[in-house]
Formats: sequence, structure tokens, C-alpha cells
Amino acid sequence: MEDFLAEAEEITEKLSTDLGGLSDCADSGECDPDLLNAIFRGAHSLKGLAGMFGFTDIQGLAHNLENLLDSLRLGKVTLTPDTLNILFDSMELLGSVVRGLGTGETYGEAIAEATQRLNACATAQKSGEGSPLQKLGLPEKVLNSLTEYEEHRLVENVKKGRLIYSIHASFSIMSFDQDLGEITEALKKSGEVVSTLPSASATPESSIDFEILFGTELDREAVLNLVDRENIDVAQLGTASAAPGVSAASVAHESAPVAPSTGPVMAAPATPAGQADEMTAKSMSRTVRVDIGKLDDLMNIVGELVLSHSTVAALAIRMRLEGFSSLAIELGKAAKGLERKLTELQKGVMEIRMIPVGQLFEKMSRIVRKVSREQGKKVDLKTFGADTELDKLIIEDIADPMVHIIRNAIDHGLETSEDRVAAGKPERGTIRLSSYQKGNHVVIEVSDDGRGFNIEKVKKKALEKGLIKTLEGVSDRDALDFIFLPGFSTADTVSELSGRGVGMDVVKNNIAAVSGMVDIESEFGKGSRIIITLPITLAIIKALLIFTAGRTYAIPITSVLETIIATDRDIDTVERKEVYQLRETTLPLVRLERFFGVTRNTPPPAEFYVVVVGVAEKRLGVIVDDLMGQQDIVIKSLGEMFKGYRGITGAADLGDQRTILVLDVGGIIGEAFRSGG
Amino acid sequence: MKKILIVEDSPTMRSLLVSTIEAIDGYEIVEAASGFEALRLLPRVPVDLIITDINMPDINGLELVSFVRGSENYRHIPLFIISTEGSERDREKGLALGANEYLVKPFDPARLQELIVKYTA
Repeated sequence: MEDFLAEAEEITEKLSTDLGGLSDCADSGECDPDLLNAIFRGAHSLKGLAGMFGFTDIQGLAHNLENLLDSLRLGKVTLTPDTLNILFDSMELLGSVVRGLGTGETYGEAIAEATQRLNACATAQKSGEGSPLQKLGLPEKVLNSLTEYEEHRLVENVKKGRLIYSIHASFSIMSFDQDLGEITEALKKSGEVVSTLPSASATPESSIDFEILFGTELDREAVLNLVDRENIDVAQLGTASAAPGVSAASVAHESAPVAPSTGPVMAAPATPAGQADEMTAKSMSRTVRVDIGKLDDLMNIVGELVLSHSTVAALAIRMRLEGFSSLAIELGKAAKGLERKLTELQKGVMEIRMIPVGQLFEKMSRIVRKVSREQGKKVDLKTFGADTELDKLIIEDIADPMVHIIRNAIDHGLETSEDRVAAGKPERGTIRLSSYQKGNHVVIEVSDDGRGFNIEKVKKKALEKGLIKTLEGVSDRDALDFIFLPGFSTADTVSELSGRGVGMDVVKNNIAAVSGMVDIESEFGKGSRIIITLPITLAIIKALLIFTAGRTYAIPITSVLETIIATDRDIDTVERKEVYQLRETTLPLVRLERFFGVTRNTPPPAEFYVVVVGVAEKRLGVIVDDLMGQQDIVIKSLGEMFKGYRGITGAADLGDQRTILVLDVGGIIGEAFRSGG
Repeated sequence: MKKILIVEDSPTMRSLLVSTIEAIDGYEIVEAASGFEALRLLPRVPVDLIITDINMPDINGLELVSFVRGSENYRHIPLFIISTEGSERDREKGLALGANEYLVKPFDPARLQELIVKYTA
């Protein structure tokens, strides 16, 4: 069953992607036959699989889908935007049914409707036509092993006025797939490979022969040039028997040169159909599945390249200072060019990791359906900005917190229909998912039009649970943040769904784990809104830039607790260690320039800053000359050479030619506490 | 031990076939995930029966049948096609090319086992 699910999901995913590729050519009505055939095969496999496992729903739907696809690829039905819509809808439904297996959800009605649409479409436009294949004089053996689809492709080629060649090739048994692949790739550029029939060679232990059927406008000479290899024969089919004017097919045939072997290469005038075929081949969408770890490696390499670039740029400046001005200028220019390309490369690698938030929304819509049914609440889901893109890893990591938030919204947020009507609201509740980009961040909002949070109740609860000591000075805004505290739950009865001992604190932690933030807004009686702010990619973080002893460093903002202005008088010395009295606790201090062994050229300022950093329960004050504000930075690895360099986690490019070091707060704290005892 | 070559691109379908065959004693299974793989395997591994799908990414099952039947070394090997019916013409062609049996997915495991025993006896 798990095998089935995995393979079925893979097939449906691939089908959706391929269908997307089809939509490009729906307008022209001419489709890439390979793509269409791939989709057909996908539906076909799924039907077979589902049948074996007794999932009759899926089997039936896939069967009808396959029927329509079969008619499409056999040219019995033409691909119109309408047809495409039907395909898309059915495919989506198929995906839902597959994912819904085991959840007890049934799709009987939806399937019946889709089936009806598919069949109506498949039978709407059928045209019968005689086969002009006989005229080709194909060897029996070849003709017999063509599937119905391949026959159809052959006929199509003949109709387009293409010449059909039989290419006989002999390959070594060791490498035939590669050799054949190379030849078919070369041929495909100038025509269509209809079939490749293997046959036994004279020496079956060491070699294998193939009969390739190839449709093209090229003459024999040109085809021979395409497959310039040993052991290959090219024969044109149907030349002897193709009497002019016999059928529509051979009328078209005439417009192409009937290939005297001495004819000029590439003389064939391309028919409009031929051109369209070329176009669709180019716009065909192709995807590759890549392990995200490989992309991380690439990203690291890009980071290292950025650093190498800064070295080169610095060299150029030094050269100029030392008097090699003309060379220095050239080197500077080259470095500038390199930098531009690096930026493009970095952007490119980042974009590969991006997937639309819509995929997450899609999952959430199932959760909404499921939970609302369980709760017996009527809920509409509205989504906005589904095409906003986000790092795939982040999307995966926030799926669980999102599920929790949505369950909470339906469970605790939305009222029952009766309560809603009584409160003068529409009977059906609405959950709204929206996403948009904001600078280097992506914001995802989950809002509901339910009852909202009762702030007074929240405050009271926090007090009861001992999460706060007093309500004095607690604004309504602050009070809402209490729900993110561990052990907080306002619902009087813990629901089986959102309960399970997992609260909003876990949601907050999960989101923080991907450097995201979560905020809440609520109006009592009107509804709530949870706002999740995420970095576009994990490689980008918000940092506090600090300046000390002539250098700038970055501290990841997630580890900064607060900053304090201080003077020498605020610092005490306990057992030869500097400490700062922060409220009731004694905060150990570290001076960054001493930590890194940097010599100071100017005396430290009289007034400086203590940046309080923390990891887990440990706190440390970092003394710095000045604060330079916050900035989003892309952390790049320093590479093997600097690995294990204490206190540094990487480097960041500030965008103005400056590269700064990013502090490893955990490392610095660890070191400070070890040496401090 | 009799050897059976399974040519099928779906891993799930392959494992279903494997478990169906493993349920009867005395058979060893060789798996090919594509027609090409089968072509590569045949000269190296002598098999007693071939079971192939029709719709596969490189060469189709009919072409494989044609190859096997046209080859001095393999033409005696019994061969079954197991396909999601596809079209009636593909079925006719498969049998005309020399496939011994044509089964339609979802196949009946007992029937397949019966046929395997019959053709490898």
C-alpha cells in the first residue's frame, strides 16, 4: 500500500507538471507528441497500479483520463483550451483521490462528474481515416510491432509531407542504449523518431541491431550526415510505390522534394505544420528532480566564490596603490564583471530552490475540508498569492505549524453556524490564506472571521497559570503574545484536534527554527489573523551589524536579546573577569577585539554598547564600540580553510563591496564560559 | 530453478509480479525496468520465461516480442504480455508477433501462476 501511494503520488505529480507543459502548445493546437505520450503513459500506469490494488475509484478515473489522452495522441481529438481544462480538473481530482486514500474521504460525485466530462470530450470529435501506411512498403516485421500510437505518428509524418526512412544500425551490446540515444537525439533535431525496433544481429552475444523509423524533410544524404557512424544504413521507404495524387497524404508528399539522392541538403521547404512542430519542441517544459543538499553545496560554492572575488578586488586596489595603475584598472574591471556574473549565479541557485506557496495552500485546503467536516462547521477557504515563491525547505518545515494554526482557527476561532447567525454573521465561516513578498521576506497570513480572542480572558488565564506576575502595564497587544507562551491554552475544553498537548509555543518555535517570526492580531467578535514572516530562503537572515576596533561584524538577530548603552563605570571586575550588573543577574562580558586578538588603533570610546546575546539559558554581554543597525544578510560559508575558526560562522556580503564576518554566538558563549569557569 | 525475466517500468507493478511468482516454488526472478535493460540482460542471463509490459519508455513490449521471436537464440522462450489493455489491436498484434499469452492488468495472480507453471513445465 505504501509502495502504491509513493508511486501513485509520483505519477500524479509528474502528470501535473507535464500537463503544464501541454498548456503551452494548446493554443497552437500542435503538441509535442513525446510529451503527450508521456502523459498518456502516466495515466495508463496509474490505472494499472490502481487496478492491482483494487482502488476502483482511481482506476476508473484514470481509465477515462487515459481514454481522452489516447484519443488526443492518436489525433482523434484536438487539444483545445477546453480539453485542457478538463484534463487539468481531472488530474487535480485524481491527485486528491490518491492523497485522500486512507482518510476515508469519498469522491464519488466528483469522479462521476469528471468521468462524464472526459467522455463527452473524447467522443465529441472523432474522425475516421484510412491508413496510408501500406504505401510505405514497410517490412511486415516492423509494421507488426508498431503500437497503435506509433502507427498514428507514422501516418501523421506522412501527412505532413515528410519522408520516412528506415535506418538500420548495429551497436555493441555493452553500449547500445547510449549509442542509440545519441543517434535518436541527433535525429530528433530534424524530425521525429517514430519507433526503434531491436533485432538480433549476426553476433547476438556482442552486438544488437536496431531498425529506426524516422520521419523528416531531409533527403537521404542529409540523414546520413546526421548519423555519421559506422554500421549504419539509411533507406528511404515508399519511394517506389508512392504514386503521385493517390491520396491527400501523397499530395502533401509532393510538395517536399521526392529526394533524389543528389539533391541539395536541407532543400525541403518547411511546411507550416513542420514549423509549429519545431516551436513546440522548443517550448516543451522539462523538469529535473534534484536533492536539495546538492543545491546547498552549490550555494556554498557560490559563497566561497564571492569571497575569492573580494580577494581579487582587494588585490586590484592594492596594485593601484603600489603603482601598477593600468594593470590594476584592468583587473578591477575584470573583477567587476566577475561580480556581476556571481550575483546572477547566486540568484539563479536561489531561484531553483523556490517553489510556489500554492503547494502548501493545496495541502492546507485538505486540512480545512477535513477539520471542518469533523467539527461540523461550514467553512469556506479563500487563498491569495499562491504563486508567491519560497524556499522548498521552509515550505516543508512550516507545513506542520500551519496545520496547527488552521486547526486552531476552525476549532476555536470559528463559531458554529447557529452562533454565527445569532451574531449577525454569514452562516459559513471563512478561512483566508494569503501570501505576499515583502523585501527579503515572505509573509503568510492565516485569518478567520470567527470570534476572535477575548483579551481579558487571555490576561486572566496568564495570571492564573502564573505565566505573568501582574497585569499592570500589560497592553492588549502584549497580552495577545501570551498565547505563544508554553503551557497556555484559552479553550475551556481541550479539543482532540488542536489539543494533544501542543500549543502555540511549539508553533512559534517551529517557525523560529527557520528564522521566521509569528505575530497575532485579533479583534474580539470579528476574528483573528496570524501573520507568519519568513525569510525567502534559509540562507538569508536578519543580523545586527556592530562595529568594534575598526571592524564591522554581524550577529544573527535571533540570538540578540537586548542592547545597553554603558560606560566604564558600569563594568565591575569579579575574579579578574569583567561583568555587568543586569537587573538581578551578573552578566559576564567579552570584548570582541580581545576575543579575536585584534589590535586597536584608536582608544575605545567612553560610551559603548553591551549587546546581550543568549543561546538556550546562557547569557553573555558583548562589548562593542557602536551599533550599525539591522540588515538582511546572506551567510556564506568560509570554506574548508577557515573551518573551525572559533567564533566565526561565516561571512556576509553587505552589497556595498564590503564583506564582513558573521559571529558564531554559540561558539563565543561556549568559549567565554569555559575560560570563565 | 527456472528463471523468469520481468520487463516492467513500474516498480510497484514489478514487485507485485515478483510476489505473485515467489508464491510458487522453484522460480528465480530477473527484473528489468525497461526494454533496453531486457535487451542487455538477455545475452548474459539465460531465462526460461519472459513477462513484459507494453507501454514502456524506451522500446515498447511489442518490439521486444518481435526481437525475441526474430532472434535465433531466444525465439523458443515463452513470452507473456501483461498490459493494461490499451487497445484491442495491440493485443492482436502481440499474439500475432508470437506472444504466448496476453494478460490484462489487473491480472489474476492465480491465473498467472497457472500459466507460468504450464509454460515452464
